[in-house]
Amino acid sequence: MTKSFPTTRRRFLSAAARAAGAGAAVSLLPAPFVLAQPAKVKVGILLPYTGTYASLGHNITDAMIMAIEEAGGTLGGRPVEYVKVDSEADPAKAANNTNKLIFGEKVDFLTGPVHSGVAMAMVKIAREEGTITIVSNAGANSVTRQMCAPNVFRTSFTNWQNCFPMGPEMMKRGHKKTVSITWNYAAGQEMISAFKEGYVKAGGQVVKEILLPFPNIEFQAHLTEIAGLKPDAVFTFFSGGGAVKFMKDYHASGLRKSIPLFAPGFLTDGTLEAAGEAGEGIVTTLHYAESLDTPLNKRFTAAFKQKTKRAADVFAVQGYDTGQLLIHAMKAVKGDTKAKKEIITAMAAAKLDSPRGTMTFSKSHNPVQDIYLREVRKRDNVVIGVAHKALADPGTGCGMA
Amino acid sequence: MDVSSFLVQSLNSVQYGFLLFLVASGLTLIFGILGVINLAHGSFFMIGAYLAHWLQLKTGNLFVAIALGLPLSFLLGLAVERLAIRFLYARDHLYQVLLTYGLILIFNELQRILWGNDVHGVPIPAVLDASVPLNETQSYPVYRFFISLACIGVAAAMYFVIHRTKLGMLIRAGAANREMVELLGFRVNRLYALVFALGAALTAFAGMLSAPVNSVYPGMGEHILIISFVVVVIGGLGSIQGAFVGAMLIGFVDTFGKVFVPEAASLSVYAFMAAVLLWRPQGLFGARPA
Repeated sequence: MTKSFPTTRRRFLSAAARAAGAGAAVSLLPAPFVLAQPAKVKVGILLPYTGTYASLGHNITDAMIMAIEEAGGTLGGRPVEYVKVDSEADPAKAANNTNKLIFGEKVDFLTGPVHSGVAMAMVKIAREEGTITIVSNAGANSVTRQMCAPNVFRTSFTNWQNCFPMGPEMMKRGHKKTVSITWNYAAGQEMISAFKEGYVKAGGQVVKEILLPFPNIEFQAHLTEIAGLKPDAVFTFFSGGGAVKFMKDYHASGLRKSIPLFAPGFLTDGTLEAAGEAGEGIVTTLHYAESLDTPLNKRFTAAFKQKTKRAADVFAVQGYDTGQLLIHAMKAVKGDTKAKKEIITAMAAAKLDSPRGTMTFSKSHNPVQDIYLREVRKRDNVVIGVAHKALADPGTGCGMA
Repeated sequence: MDVSSFLVQSLNSVQYGFLLFLVASGLTLIFGILGVINLAHGSFFMIGAYLAHWLQLKTGNLFVAIALGLPLSFLLGLAVERLAIRFLYARDHLYQVLLTYGLILIFNELQRILWGNDVHGVPIPAVLDASVPLNETQSYPVYRFFISLACIGVAAAMYFVIHRTKLGMLIRAGAANREMVELLGFRVNRLYALVFALGAALTAFAGMLSAPVNSVYPGMGEHILIISFVVVVIGGLGSIQGAFVGAMLIGFVDTFGKVFVPEAASLSVYAFMAAVLLWRPQGLFGARPA
């Protein structure tokens, strides 16, 4: 069963009761008492709660609510109502789900989703309607490039951001010839082209770009190809089961001894237990690492663990910062959700203390953040440096940039 | 392409062919002999992989896990056949597609409830955890050779049972003319249940064996479903040899397609299938339609 849209009878009844109560209050009590019960701020959440990405959806949601609870459970002094819709990570249902939240529930803020295809549909509607929207995961470049809008913010990353800094880093290590391998789909191509941009600029040469049909995981033919090409290094992006299989196959093929593996951090996030020995030594870049040694990150991971009994991850951090951004903006306008312009100004100028480090926003409303260099050691992504300080997405094609 | 990489790619092809036959063998039985379009084939594969993961954690040994997992998946197949599939033998294929699609959703949700959505790895048993160097840069994992061996074993056993035993004779007879076999006094219903359960167990076995190289994750069954049908259709319905030859051909087409025409890598296998079906609509080893 998928979670259905939560306009249940109970919700309807409680809303009716509240309306009746408010009516009674107006008739019985003096005006100040009515004002002391301000209307709820409605935060619409479009995230996957079923299917492959369910754990991402839950981590983002729980961390966002945790941030708001830590700040007293209110936004600008008003209580909060969370309206959750299960996106099922299904782009085909995305427009319908977004409409339910914007027109049906008339939410004040919209957040989500995980899947970039869902984000496309969601942002398209949100920028037309002007609903203030915070993208809390999907990394498609275009959300804060061609499709950017004053009311659309992102607290996660662009695919470009997490791959561009790897090029110069690999050159620094003396790897002048690289083969790239990924799935032939939007995210994979965005990541490889960002890597290539940074790598070629630093003087490197991508000798072959291997693209597999998504979601094919039979790598053997390509591993033989790589063995024949003998590059200095391999840059790759796969996720989930594909990531684990690639790491294992690469390890088993013996290539790892002579040709080191580099990747955006998504290859090794949440996959290291399954990959085991095959993950060791892989170097990745990402805007976060669980092992980040800062007091704020330690406090955050401990609090999240205590609240949810689950380990915090990069998705939880993005949810947490979505909550922080809402708190910051609503504080600036003292809870007045009608003051959209002021909310947008406050969000654009926000400087958040995130578990990932200090984070501000670029002109296209994407995070300006440090990209960390991490290496897998003993099943853990250990931070070994900063690949690029305060990296902003170029926002190419965005009218605001 | 030099000789050495040509040889390694041929090895890759054969090895992938073996793996494909193993994955499709259960479907060959169920689709080829019972004529049931079993979309839940991939689910049995997934269940096998998760059973291997789970039992391996409990027992600490993959071989023990497989020994325990096989009867479990046989029983599951039997239950599915008795509770659902058997009502649909006489019905149109569309009903079978609908029912088995529903089974996919149920099994996916069960997987989520029982084992969660994380990606798991199954370690390769220590005895087989080694690699054989092929040339100066690449080596080949021993476990993959082991899979190939297991596949040859399965193919031989299937061939023997179907062509050399009384049970096999009944199965073939039941596939050719069900009513006649019933009239001769055999319970075809029971026979079908047995074949379905065997098919399910075989598919789960493939899932268990390939778990260490594949990793175990949600949705893994859907990946192998279509390629399994391609193998069975190219080989011809009801033919074990056909499925074997089909799997080998697909192994070569896929591997060399990826190397020589990478732009059309996703297409090569299906273009090949279309070509085979244009030439022989009944598949390579299928009986000519009456």
